[in-house]
Amino acid sequence: MSDKQVRSMLSDLDGFVFDKVPWTTPKPLNESRVAIVTTAGLRIEGSADWDPGDQGFTIIPHDAEELTLAHFSPNFDRTGWVLDKNVVFPIDRLREMADEGIIGSLAETHVSFMGAQIDHTLETIRLDSGPAAAKALHADDVDLVLLTPI
Amino acid sequence: MGTLASVLEQSGFATVALSSIRGQIETTSPPRALHCEFPLGRPLGKPNDPEFQRVVIEKAFSLLDEPAGPVLVDYPVQIEDDADQPLACVIPPADTSDRTPAAAEALGLLPAWRRTREKYGRSTVGKVISAEQVPDMLDLFKRIADGEGWKDVGLPGDPTRIGADIKNFYEEASISLIDAPPSARSAETWFVKETQAGKVLQAARINMKEDGAKFYFWYYLLPLTQHHEPETL
Repeated sequence: MSDKQVRSMLSDLDGFVFDKVPWTTPKPLNESRVAIVTTAGLRIEGSADWDPGDQGFTIIPHDAEELTLAHFSPNFDRTGWVLDKNVVFPIDRLREMADEGIIGSLAETHVSFMGAQIDHTLETIRLDSGPAAAKALHADDVDLVLLTPI
Repeated sequence: MGTLASVLEQSGFATVALSSIRGQIETTSPPRALHCEFPLGRPLGKPNDPEFQRVVIEKAFSLLDEPAGPVLVDYPVQIEDDADQPLACVIPPADTSDRTPAAAEALGLLPAWRRTREKYGRSTVGKVISAEQVPDMLDLFKRIADGEGWKDVGLPGDPTRIGADIKNFYEEASISLIDAPPSARSAETWFVKETQAGKVLQAARINMKEDGAKFYFWYYLLPLTQHHEPETL
């Protein structure tokens, strides 16, 4: 089975549907402070493990060097990550764009959750850990979030 | 991830989501999404290709110009995976005459794994076991493959996590043994189809399934791309 077939198979999974898609009018890109929020299941403390069903999050400081891809699922390629963390967590690309003035600045605070959750309603993320992560990003004056899957 | 994007948007951030699975992004319908037909695990497309990654991000940020949403745009470039093309990777022979073939094979890969760890500074081995424990764990999985119950062989933790450590060890070692970086899934296919260790894990997985192990334990022991049942082995 190819990766493409896996992606097609996973297309039918249930998901939570908001009554109305929320909308925030963006600031100009060159004035926006940008953070990455990934669902790759990254850890900073050297732990390589993230429990299935854990809808919590990890704060990733902008200068964290020892990142681990701790996602529980074996169903995706990990060699790309080993070769270049930016293929999952493009922090060097955003730093370059900040240096060039294309984005306003690179946030100091970034966030990882873990995707492939068994609870497709994501109740904990919607009601608890999502708003908690938002608070941490607000504390760093973040305007714009780039979300990356795995 | 689409749901998470909406949670953050509702909290006052403008969000742009990269998407890998089109059906899921359609279902969850976040405010702005750029769908990219790239292999899972590589959402920016190409490792060590800053220009490619940069263009993907710029395209994603261009969705911020849309006056209303939800916005879902398909990225025009697609990347195929190589699940059907295993790496050509020669494993260095170790002097391990007293070990099982899989354990001997893993011992032969240990120096290459250390070179990868040193060069890239990252490893995904370590959920339960260290790289040095891989040969001994393969002996335990060999006993499961030979018919012992998986709970009886003394695994030091969740078999799926130990299986992931073994697979990741092999894939990371291969990076230092081949000429060009592996494309997505090619190292995985090499591991499952062409190594002693992959064959041991596949046989153990099938025995666990037939022995009535819980779904989680046999299903996640290998990637679902590699669930070859006995008749296709």
